[in-house]
Parts: sequence; structure tokens; C-alpha cells
Amino acid sequence: MQPQIMGGPLAGATGGDGFVVFDRVQKSYDGEVLVVKDLNLSIARGEFLTMLGPSGSGKTTCLMMLAGFETATHGDILLDGKPINNIPPHKRGIGMVFQNYALFPHMSVGENLSFPLEVRGIGKAERDEKVKRALDMVQMGEFVNRRPAQLSGGQQQRIALARALVFEPELVLMDEPLGALDKQLREHMQFEITRLAHDLGITVVYVTHDQTEALTMSDNVAVFEDGRIQQLDPPDKLYEEPMNSFVAQFIGENNTLSGVVQQISGDTCTVRLDSGEVIEANPVNVHAPGERTLVSIRPERVEYNRARLQEGAFTLKAEVLEFIYMGDVFRTRLRVAGRDDFIMKTRNAPDAERLEPGQTIEIGWLPRDCRALDA
Amino acid sequence: MSDETNSGPVLTADGRSLKKSLQRALRREKLRALMLIAPLLLFVLVTFIAPIGDMLFRSVENRIVSETLPRTVIALQDWEYESGEAPGEAVFAALAEDLREAVKAKTHTRLGTRLNYELSGMSSLFRQVGRKLRRMDPDKPWREQFLKVNKKWGDPEVWGVIQTYSSPLTAGYFLNAVDLRLTPRGVEQRPENERVYIMLFKRTILLSGLITFMTFLLGYPIAYLLSNLRMKTANILMILVLLPFWTSLLVRTSAWKVLLQQQGVINDVLVWLGLIADDQRLELINNATGTVIAMTHILLPFMILPLYSVMKTIPPSYVRAAKSLGARPFTAFRRVYFPQSIPGIGAGAILVFILAIGYYITPALVGGRSGTFISNRIAYHISVSLNWGLGAALGALLLVLVLALYALYDKIVGIDNVKLG
Repeated sequence: MQPQIMGGPLAGATGGDGFVVFDRVQKSYDGEVLVVKDLNLSIARGEFLTMLGPSGSGKTTCLMMLAGFETATHGDILLDGKPINNIPPHKRGIGMVFQNYALFPHMSVGENLSFPLEVRGIGKAERDEKVKRALDMVQMGEFVNRRPAQLSGGQQQRIALARALVFEPELVLMDEPLGALDKQLREHMQFEITRLAHDLGITVVYVTHDQTEALTMSDNVAVFEDGRIQQLDPPDKLYEEPMNSFVAQFIGENNTLSGVVQQISGDTCTVRLDSGEVIEANPVNVHAPGERTLVSIRPERVEYNRARLQEGAFTLKAEVLEFIYMGDVFRTRLRVAGRDDFIMKTRNAPDAERLEPGQTIEIGWLPRDCRALDA
Repeated sequence: MSDETNSGPVLTADGRSLKKSLQRALRREKLRALMLIAPLLLFVLVTFIAPIGDMLFRSVENRIVSETLPRTVIALQDWEYESGEAPGEAVFAALAEDLREAVKAKTHTRLGTRLNYELSGMSSLFRQVGRKLRRMDPDKPWREQFLKVNKKWGDPEVWGVIQTYSSPLTAGYFLNAVDLRLTPRGVEQRPENERVYIMLFKRTILLSGLITFMTFLLGYPIAYLLSNLRMKTANILMILVLLPFWTSLLVRTSAWKVLLQQQGVINDVLVWLGLIADDQRLELINNATGTVIAMTHILLPFMILPLYSVMKTIPPSYVRAAKSLGARPFTAFRRVYFPQSIPGIGAGAILVFILAIGYYITPALVGGRSGTFISNRIAYHISVSLNWGLGAALGALLLVLVLALYALYDKIVGIDNVKLG
């Protein structure tokens, strides 16, 4: 799969006006392979931007270049309009939360928080006050004398957050900060972090490989793959209007059917699937008849109840293979157009039918939900 | 929490004590563990614990006098050193009888040697009387005959020494080991020209400390570099660090001799460079300098390895975090990296110091007069002077010293803070 590259400067990445700007940044570790290929990105003041991508996609490298721990091989990184390529990390004034928190084990919580203030030569009284305020902010006021090892994962997380914020940086970087927490705590901290970021008005660059985290927390999400940004959009747009197959498959669950474009007219096109059926689709990323395409449909946009199918909906025959009860939703695995991994999600509504394996049904969807993407 | 407040032992389902049940369940495992370590345990017992026990015993053991001269020892009980005179005829008669048996068993020379440690001249005194004993007349008074053989038998010093060392256990060796001696008049300091052990102990500790510090100074940067390199490069460098382990200690020490002597490579180069005059060549060997240089080299890996193993576990994110919080690289190192490497320093320092304090061969070869350690003196007493008791006492003191330092370290740094791997 060769995802189509979003050509030219991305939306908003016009350079100069952003708080953080990556301008044609490239990075190579060995002089042979580019880990980051031509990165252009502009982050506004107060924005919560998430870099999302599988491991090895270059997102952490970008974060490290911004923090100053890696140098860009080519291109400029600007912070508040000033290039920072040659400024060492300790002079950048960027707060950072590390993956494993990196709380200093030989210092108490209070000393950990006091550290950034001490190295800035701030007096004891002011330090104590700021430390107290930062700890109260994350509801950890009474833990000031504990050692990091005496805290739970969630508490360490809060301290790491407080430490990154205590010296009042305008920009805070977070490198998979919630990766080590269990699900419930993670969801709670997601909320906590977004609330803090919003209240303090700080700019946050957040790196994660967890798409739920990215969707729930961010103003904008940059999807990384293969050293490039595949798509940069707000969460809803990213989910509903993926611009290429990689994004469609990486974000949320997705059904794909492969075929060949037959004709394109305006905002609809027809695709002949490999199994012979011809369906209508929304031509997002195809340009001419004869092109191979992957058609993508979200499982929750697939409908089998004729009464609920809208006017103009397109139908296909499907055989029920498996019915999974998941509480709030039903998940049905179907054989459609020769593929037996087609998933349909239906809400557990009062009138919802529980389908039996072996049953043959007709499924349908709206042509605009069926996106013809690059193959 | 509140459930656990009810007192009494916890019972199993069928009412037996949970502790006993658990012990029974674990017994098999413990037995298996014991079987696995049994060969080593036996080996350690035979080759380590037993010799140390024997050594500790030898440092106080003194049966030779009471076994060789049983009658004399009893007869001497009534004599007082303070009288200023040699004992009477009865004691001489007892001595004559004891010596007759001793000469037959040829143990009188050994006794002489033993007593010679305490008063010089004793050895020849016993040897001489041993030779002449057969020609003495048992019907004439013994006292006169002994005095005829050697006037010294009339000296109360001689008898005082025999009396003082007649008990089967003695603190004499330990007193000798700290430059004191046990005389009939009580414990007193040795004459100034015979005091050597306290000075040697001091020197051993001082030089070992210096060597430990030098290995730390040289080893810390290397270990830091090693732990921050890629695995492949680090392994190659590690081989270089371990290289000294692969050559014989003797070869290495001899190599230092070649390098450091006054007509050696280093002095030649310095003269050639014009840094020192030809007639002012540096004395780098056969003194304390030589010992420090050679032993620093030999013990360096023992500092580097624990340091490396600790540094390897310090994630780079700590220093990064410190920098991101605004600390200069040096501050980040001093306040964040260095404190976390202390367990490695502790382990390396203990290892090097304890090895150094008991080191023997290198100081012997390159130490000359001013660079020898207490262990060289121990070796001398064990293999040359054959004063095993004194050697054992010195060894026991060394052992106590090491244990004391260990306890001190535990108190100051905490032994939990040591990480050997």
C-alpha cells in the first residue's frame, strides 16, 4: 500500500504565524534512511495537537526534535517565530512529560517539582509556593514528602504532569504519558490533562499510538506514517472523512472492499468490486476510471433494516457468519462480496433484531459513507 | 483491613496452623535448594571457613610451653618475677626433667624458637642446654650446672618470659601485631625501632584508599562512556577493559617494572622530551608510587564493571528530563545522574578497597620498602619467619578491619545501596 501523500504545505502550515512551526523538517539517524520526511506543521497558540501513528512512524522523533534532544537533519523548527535548531534543550523552556515519567527516584515529590525552579534561581519562598500550587492543581498536595517509588502509577503520572507545568512553560510536550496506566485511570487522566491544558491556556503537543486518546483529547490530530503526516484534521473530520486508506484503517474500525473505478461523475463514482458487484461510492482519493481502489465503509454506517435505510441507499446481499453481543452494540460478521471479515455494528435498540448465523440479509449504506480511497 | 484485627494464628481449612502447613509445603523445595548448593557449601566449609577458624585459633593458641615444660610451669607458679632473682633448685630440677623428655622428642628447639619471638636469645639458650643436658650429673644441684652452661639461666628475664607465656592461650600475638608486647611486667610498648605493624596498617589503609580513589577517577568516565554507547561498540571496548584479566598478574606486574624503573621506558621518554634531567630520573617503582600505579591498573576493572552495570540501568530519560526542566548539562549530571550512579560507586569502591587491602603480590614486586602492605608482612611470617601465630594475629586484625569498614560503610551509605550487577 502506498498512501497518497498530502501534497504541499498542509492546512494551516503556512509558516510564520503558528506558535510552533515545522518547516520542511527531515531527520535521518544513519544518513541512509529518512525517519522524518519533509514535515510541515503549524501549531497555534493554545492548541492541543496530537501526533498519532504506529511505532516507527516518526512521531516521537518529531517530538524529540522539538524538545531539543534530536537535531533536525534538514529544515527549521520555529518556536514563537524564532528558529530553535541551535538552542540547547535546557534553554528552550519547554515542559515535557516522559513516557515513564522520569521522576527522579532519589528526590522527594517536592524536590522533583522544585528542581526546575531551583535551576532557574528562584528563591525558596517562591519555590515552595509554586510547588504547592502545582501539586494542588493535580490534587497531590499531601504527597509532597513522598518518594516517587511510593506512589502508584496514576499518582506518578500526576506528579510528572505537575513537574512539567510548575515552571509555567507555554508549550508542553507529552510522550505517550498514559501508556503505562490501566484503562479506567487512563480515561480519567485524559480528561484531567485536557482540562488542565484548557484552563492554563498552554499549547500541548501530545504523542500517542492510541487513537481513542487522540480523538477524545485533541483539537487537531496529525496522523503519522512512514515519516510523513498522512492527515491533519480535527478528530471528527479525521474519523468521518479519512483522506486515504491508511488513515481510514488506522482510525477506528473499517470495512474495505477492493475493486476498480468504472466511472466518476462529480461527487459519486461507480466501482466494480473484485467479486463482480458494482457499487456506488464517494470518490475521495481516486481520479480516473480504471484506477484500482479500496472502498471503505465504517461498520456503524452499515444498515440491514430496510425501514431505516435512507432513500437512494445502495444494497448488497450478505450472509451472517457470526453474531457477537457486546452490550451496547451488536457486532455481526458478514460475508460480503467474497470477503468474510465484513463487520456490521448495530445499536442495541428496542427494535434491533438478533441475527442468526447462516441467515442471508440485505445490507446497505449511503454512497457518501462509502469512500473510494487509494489502493 | 478490619478483618485482620482478630488475633491468633491463621488456620487452614481443616484447622491446622497455616504457618506449619506452609512450612511443610516448602520443605521439599528447601531440601532441593540445599542439595543444589551442598557441593559448594562443603567446598567453602573445607577451604574457607575451616582455614579462617584455624587461623583465628592459632592467633591465640600457646600450648607449646605448657606441653613441653609441664613440670617447670607448675613449679614456677610459686616464683615471683618481682623477686629479681632466678627461681630455686626445685624449678631447675623440674626443667631438667622436662628438657630430658623434650630433647628425646626433639621439641626443645621448637620451644626455643617460640620463646625467641618474645625475648631474643631464647632459641640458642635452649639449643645449647639441649646439647649439654646428657653430660650433666643428676646428683649434683641442677641450678649450678645450668648456670655453668649459660649464665643467662640466672637471669630473671628468662624465667619471666617462660612464666608469662605458660598459659595455653595468649594475647601476646595480638599485642605484637599492634606494636605492643607482653612482658612479665605487663603490657608495654615495643622499643621505637621495633614498631612496624601500626605503621604498616596505616599505610595499607591509606594506599588502598588512594588506589580506590584512583580507580574511581579513571573508571567513572569509562563506565559512563560504555553505558552510553551502542551495544556493539560497547562490547568491543568492554573487551579492552577486561584485557588485564586475561594476562597473568605476574606478567602485568613485571611489565610495570620494565616501564617504571629508573632506566625504564617512561623515564627514558621523559628525559628524551627534556621534561626531566638525566640525573633526576623519577623514582616510580620500588616505592609507594609504584604500588599505587600498578595496583590501580590491576584493580580498575573491579571498579568499572559494577559502575557499568549500574549506569546501564539509568534510563537516559532522567537526564533528558532534567535538561527539559532547565538544568544545564553539568547540573543535570551532578544532581540527577551522579546520585543514581552512587550504588555502583559504592560497590566498586568496596570491591577495590577490600581487594587492595589484602593484596600481596604486586606490593611485594613493585613496592620496595615504602610500598609494601601488611599482607606482605603476613606472608613473611607465614613462609619465612614461620611465626604463624603472629601471622594469624595480623590476618585476624586485617579481617576485623575489613568487617569494621564494611559495617561503617553500611552505616553511612547503606549496604542496600550497593549494586554488583
